[in-house]
Amino acid sequence: MTMLAPIAPSLSRRGFLTAGAALGGGLLMGFRIDVAQAAVPSALPSALPPGVPPVPNGYSINPNAFVAIAPDGKVTFQIPQEEMGQGVYTSLSQLIADDLDVALDRVTPVPAPPVEALYGSPGSGRMGTGGSRSVRSFYTVLRVVGASARAMLVQAAADRWQVDPKTLRTDNGEVIDDANGGRRLSYGELAQAASALPVPTDVVLKADKDLKLIGKPVHRLDTPAKVNGTAQYGIDVRLPGLRIATLAASPVVGGKVAHVDDGEFKKLPGLQLVVLDDIVAVVGPHFWAAKTGLDALDITWDGGPDGKIDSPQLWQALRETSAKPGALGTNKGDTTKAEGDRLDVAYELPFLSHAPMEPQNFTVHVKDGGCEMWGGSQVQAAAWNAAAKVLGIKPEKVVFHNYMLGGGFGRRLDVDMVTKAVRIAQKVDGPVKVVWTREEDITQDVYRPAYRNVMSATLKDGKVTGWSHRIAAGSVAVRMSGKPLDGGLDRGALEGATENNYGVPNFHVEFIEAKPRAINVGYWRGVAPNNNVFASESLMDELALKAGQDPVAFRLAHLSSTPRLKAAVERVAKEANWGSPLPSRVGRGICAQFAFGTFIATIAEAEVDTSGHVRVRRMTSVIDAGRVVNPDGMLAQVQGGLIFGLTAALYGEITIKDGRVEQRNFNDYRMMRINEAPSIDVYMIENTEAPGGIGEPGVTAAAPSLVNAIAAATGVRLRRLPIDRDKLAERKTASL
Amino acid sequence: MPTLRINGQSHLIDAPDDMPLLWALRDMVGLTGTKFGCGIAQCGACTVHLDGKAVRSCLLPIGSIGNQAITTIEAIGDTATGAKVQKAWLDIEVVQCGYCQSGQIMAATALLNATPKPDDNDIDAAMAGNICRCGTYVRIRQAIKNAAVSA
Amino acid sequence: MKRLLLAVLAVIVIAGAGLGVWLVAIPGPTAFAKGATVALADYRAANPTGVPTELASADLVARGEYLTHAADCFACHTAKGGKAYAGGLAFNLPGMGTLYSTNITPDRATGIGNYTDQQFIDAVRRGVRADGQHLYPAMSYAAYTYMTDTDALAIKAYLFSLPPVAAPAVDNKMAFPFNQRWLMAFWNAAYNANAVYRPNPSQSPEWNRGAYLAEALGHCGECHTPRNPAFALDNRDKFAGTITAGWRAYNITPDPTSGLGAWSDTDLATYLSTGHAEGHGGAAGPMGEASDNSLSYLTQPDIHALMVYLRSIPATSGGLPQVTLAPAPASYRQGVTPDANPRGAAIFASACASCHSWTGVSSLSKYATLTGDRAINDPSAMNVAQAVIHGVQRKIDGKAVFMPSFGAAYSNDEIAAVANYVTARFGAEGAALKASDVAKLKDQSE
Repeated sequence: MTMLAPIAPSLSRRGFLTAGAALGGGLLMGFRIDVAQAAVPSALPSALPPGVPPVPNGYSINPNAFVAIAPDGKVTFQIPQEEMGQGVYTSLSQLIADDLDVALDRVTPVPAPPVEALYGSPGSGRMGTGGSRSVRSFYTVLRVVGASARAMLVQAAADRWQVDPKTLRTDNGEVIDDANGGRRLSYGELAQAASALPVPTDVVLKADKDLKLIGKPVHRLDTPAKVNGTAQYGIDVRLPGLRIATLAASPVVGGKVAHVDDGEFKKLPGLQLVVLDDIVAVVGPHFWAAKTGLDALDITWDGGPDGKIDSPQLWQALRETSAKPGALGTNKGDTTKAEGDRLDVAYELPFLSHAPMEPQNFTVHVKDGGCEMWGGSQVQAAAWNAAAKVLGIKPEKVVFHNYMLGGGFGRRLDVDMVTKAVRIAQKVDGPVKVVWTREEDITQDVYRPAYRNVMSATLKDGKVTGWSHRIAAGSVAVRMSGKPLDGGLDRGALEGATENNYGVPNFHVEFIEAKPRAINVGYWRGVAPNNNVFASESLMDELALKAGQDPVAFRLAHLSSTPRLKAAVERVAKEANWGSPLPSRVGRGICAQFAFGTFIATIAEAEVDTSGHVRVRRMTSVIDAGRVVNPDGMLAQVQGGLIFGLTAALYGEITIKDGRVEQRNFNDYRMMRINEAPSIDVYMIENTEAPGGIGEPGVTAAAPSLVNAIAAATGVRLRRLPIDRDKLAERKTASL
Repeated sequence: MPTLRINGQSHLIDAPDDMPLLWALRDMVGLTGTKFGCGIAQCGACTVHLDGKAVRSCLLPIGSIGNQAITTIEAIGDTATGAKVQKAWLDIEVVQCGYCQSGQIMAATALLNATPKPDDNDIDAAMAGNICRCGTYVRIRQAIKNAAVSA
Repeated sequence: MKRLLLAVLAVIVIAGAGLGVWLVAIPGPTAFAKGATVALADYRAANPTGVPTELASADLVARGEYLTHAADCFACHTAKGGKAYAGGLAFNLPGMGTLYSTNITPDRATGIGNYTDQQFIDAVRRGVRADGQHLYPAMSYAAYTYMTDTDALAIKAYLFSLPPVAAPAVDNKMAFPFNQRWLMAFWNAAYNANAVYRPNPSQSPEWNRGAYLAEALGHCGECHTPRNPAFALDNRDKFAGTITAGWRAYNITPDPTSGLGAWSDTDLATYLSTGHAEGHGGAAGPMGEASDNSLSYLTQPDIHALMVYLRSIPATSGGLPQVTLAPAPASYRQGVTPDANPRGAAIFASACASCHSWTGVSSLSKYATLTGDRAINDPSAMNVAQAVIHGVQRKIDGKAVFMPSFGAAYSNDEIAAVANYVTARFGAEGAALKASDVAKLKDQSE
């Protein structure tokens, strides 16, 4: 394989050299990177097409870190983001391929090594896949990479033909010299020479009219392997001499193993028992043997101080905290002086588990003062560092083979599945794959925080004059960093609450941290807008009712300062036949949302029978995500996101008893199924605004539109999730 | 120590009779396309065919299989219906994370073998046992219908 | 006028007396059998008490262990997820309150570690605890009274061989007047025979052994025999089936329709020793526990003796329909179709069909086959609903057999719908449970 420039015989920074060597094992695919060049402010275009977001100041783009071209013209793309279903392998490949001018089927994405200096997000500098940020973060970067590589290939052709590069053009992996009879050189033929050239300091991105892939629906690159069983997820790792383990970690946060009775266990052959401070694991030849062994153990846990905590205590604590003043998120005008009729409400959302279909797992081989590991993570570099930290070694001693994720949803932004596996592997001779049972996956999660929103609004002459919102919840930022909040404010908890889409003149949002005992909180698909959009759009609906106005008309009357959202609301009302007659006990509800850089308006149509059973009949969304890379992928994300959000609204709740999570598997942590799924229509508004995120807007739009539809169908206003169907059956009116 | 007929080949499985087929496939034979999702037959990720019928391998003891033919996702494309379903899946890009899709495709193929022109009720009855956390249900339904009308 | 009043009064008094007699004059548990009984010492055939011959020469603790299992002390004296024999299991008695079982491990402070032999015998056979207070008859001393002192002390020896567990008693929550323990003396006078088992020489030795196992140790009647208004077992309907803690204990008389009359000996013996028989389904709930903790420990001769005894009980028709033995059609479109109960069918498709199959004959496990199961053929669907709510956690032949519990994530209406659907599709007659019925069942079985 020949590389795009430069082929450095030795790399210029010692740390990276060792990292590169350690990561060798086929992962780097022969990439050679002059890290010194990463510091060069290279390849930044002086002009960008409208709506193409600028790259943050100080960020430099090193095309060599991302692209390699083989003599046969095949392009290997070291992709910094993780494929977990959201289609990022395809969309990011489209970005590279379009400006490089190759067909998408020439591009093979492979996971980038965990080197944040090269692959960190332009925004944070960190490697991480979450927050619907992949396309937003890398849109311009990857187009510049493609354009730079193309410019170098054109220059190499110009050098060979001794012509002005400006007279050459490219088409699908070839450089063409029209002035000389249309002679051609393939990228594969040029790659060697191009690799010796300097990276251009200024490139021109394709004009919108010339784009062949970006904005066009394309087939995904990752799916052929996913329909024939050949796709490899972390849980599918197979190695010579591999042993398989399963584990039970302390069911109470902070608890310890008190006693392990292995009387029955000892009767089983071929198993190894690993007892750590807070973990019991059994290692065997296959999962069944390991699980049988674990089941044979009688483990007594010392739950510690949190071992007596129950959900009602957690709710009481949250309610008490939510009554206190919080840290200021945003303020405009003076809500205390807002005139009009006042409405005071509180909305509550439960803890939730991620429950990706692929249970947590990691495979680790601790050996020779180092470690090799295999698995899927949303935070490759953090996983890499965490393993090194457990072992007390340098990260360069850790070789990490990254895999596709059978669902992430934020669960794999944490690294506990890595550290637990490494700790177990330290006690095992040879490689060991640590596979969690579903029960372990659900009970040992980091949970979407429970929220309480204390809100009040004033309404005068049909207009909202004041809006105040206090968000009380555990802070994921605090839990993950271990550091207290600066000024008590978790900025990450504000998205979806502080935008003031409705232009309320007196507007106030604050946050108060309410750290729950006995449960760890984590990022969950939809993050803060899950809560904030639910609270805001529920309140907006209650205000429309109070004003005696149609919920759509009421919102439109408030959206003059947010025209993109207004357009989406108008369109969705039309597409969903808002206002057309419905049978009794069927209602429509709307949610207008701006989050993740994307505008989305959604209408749910739901039926509630007298037994309280909710049937979601139809979901209609109109999404304006600015520049779209793969329109079909976007539609798929909204469709799936809506189902994810509806599942939570209908069924999702994690409860605690005696410090332990009560839900264990899909029998008691319920998922929406195909025979409950509504028909879904998603429409998109196309424009050249900056790209918005698409993985989460559908998730967060689902619950508000559904509860608003239920209110329309029944007159019952649900202020807590999940929907309590037994209660909905008992109560005919009023709020719950 | 039963002998199993998997994708047309015989495999002697050195494991107790009560071990579920799933682990024989994944950890012993090396066919990892069949997935572990819940272990209690609630999610369908482990679906394989036993003489053409969809079964959950996570609770199927290997000792109870006998000479029935086991077909997994790795070989379902060799059958006419299986290939049609896989193509339908790719044509409209059903798949997201893909982890549940081996099971979905196996369940859909069994459905089409039994009911070549399924209506929505048939799809509900056959597919409701398969959970997709990414929420691809709308496309699964469409792909099954497309596969049913394709030649 | 006055005469009329007197007459009415007389009728009331006589009727009251009659009621009193009816309430108190309950036949003994083995009174149905022909022939006179004799004192144990006068019985010449094989001794029906004690342990089976295989264990005759075993040490006292081993004999006690067998008898402890046979008497199923574990069932009541172990809380869910708690330490064995450490007590704490709640008994919800509607209208009266809640009782908690006690710690019978040899812990001196919180268990029975200080009990003398006589105190233990008094507690087990007379319902009087060490401090002289009366036990509530939730403790089945009215059955254990038929046990010999020797057997009771063997049980004590076994219990005392176990590690002591410090588990203080949970205070009962009984309403007045039920919190007056002394009142139990009256109950005992009426209902505790306070006499050791008397063999019946007219019956076979095997029958006598079976009677001892069923009455003195296994206390089958505590669940399977209906109670009178004073909560005493009414042996006039012996083993006819009744409802305990929200679960139906089925008719185990030889009635061919509602009872065990149509069961082969092999099936009945298999069911008794494993809690499952092919074609008849498996035990769940309290019977599942009885099977796992008690019956599965019995020797085959003892199982056979129990069967002989059960076969001798007067048949009582319990009003249950004949069990349907034919599997349902393979397609959901045939048989009882989803139209009949769309919600129930939808839940069955989602959460049940993967194991139970649309035929009701499981493709995964014989233990998951619904066809022929008594609960499925019970039009009250009571036990079906309970199994859906609580799941099934069994151990058969040393292997875990389970069904997940769905009570937490499915609404009462959904549980009712699926119970109605499965009884209609796989059983004799569809049930008509409503959400409110399921709520009650949940309350009763909490």
